[in-house]
Amino acid sequence: MRKYEIMFIVRPDVPEEDVDRLIAQMEGVVSGTGGRVEKVEKMGRRRLAYRVQRHREGFYVLFFVEGTGDAVKEFERRLKVIDAVIKFLTVRVDEEQKRAEKFKVLRAKQEAKQTRTKAAAPQAAQATAEAAQG
Amino acid sequence: MAEQKAGSAPAERPGRKEGAGATGRKQYFRRRRVCKFCTEKIDAIDYKDVKLIGQFVSERGKILPRRLTGTCSTHQRSLTTAIKRARNIAFLPFASEL
Repeated sequence: MRKYEIMFIVRPDVPEEDVDRLIAQMEGVVSGTGGRVEKVEKMGRRRLAYRVQRHREGFYVLFFVEGTGDAVKEFERRLKVIDAVIKFLTVRVDEEQKRAEKFKVLRAKQEAKQTRTKAAAPQAAQATAEAAQG
Repeated sequence: MAEQKAGSAPAERPGRKEGAGATGRKQYFRRRRVCKFCTEKIDAIDYKDVKLIGQFVSERGKILPRRLTGTCSTHQRSLTTAIKRARNIAFLPFASEL
């Protein structure tokens, strides 16, 4: 199972209830293909950076989905069919998350090492000073 | 005449350098010596973070080169993909008109 983020833009002239209905419908699609919806985020109305199908604004919806490639394929096919959706983007996130996690662990290790050497350094200096005196 | 030209050439050079310095100052303004993502410890650059990504795009919507922003190569690569994704979902423009 892979993790995906599917973001799509709904036309701004669609009322909010219809957006909710659309979201419920898409959740059904995900569970129908054996996937799992982790989270749905309504990012709300935003200005688009460029005109899409003559619209300057759009309602952004973000799905966090865990599923197979087929689930995403079906999801995207549905989005293409629905007229209210003007744009969508799917990003696979599990690999990047793993990478970020790895870096986090590495950094934590490195920091621990640095603090250890820093703590050890003054002691070593003291020891040499004592040796020089003695 | 030729002598004068030869004489004026070195004189011109510092002038040109000054001109380069003027643009250099503008670049210096943008330039950060260290990578922003390394100092702020951002591992994964998210395409949804428009505020962050937008700093690395020129007024025209172009991706700024590393030599201006000081981003390290690893982060520049992930930044590039993030910007390209953001463009696809209309967070950032492909080309903005001036």
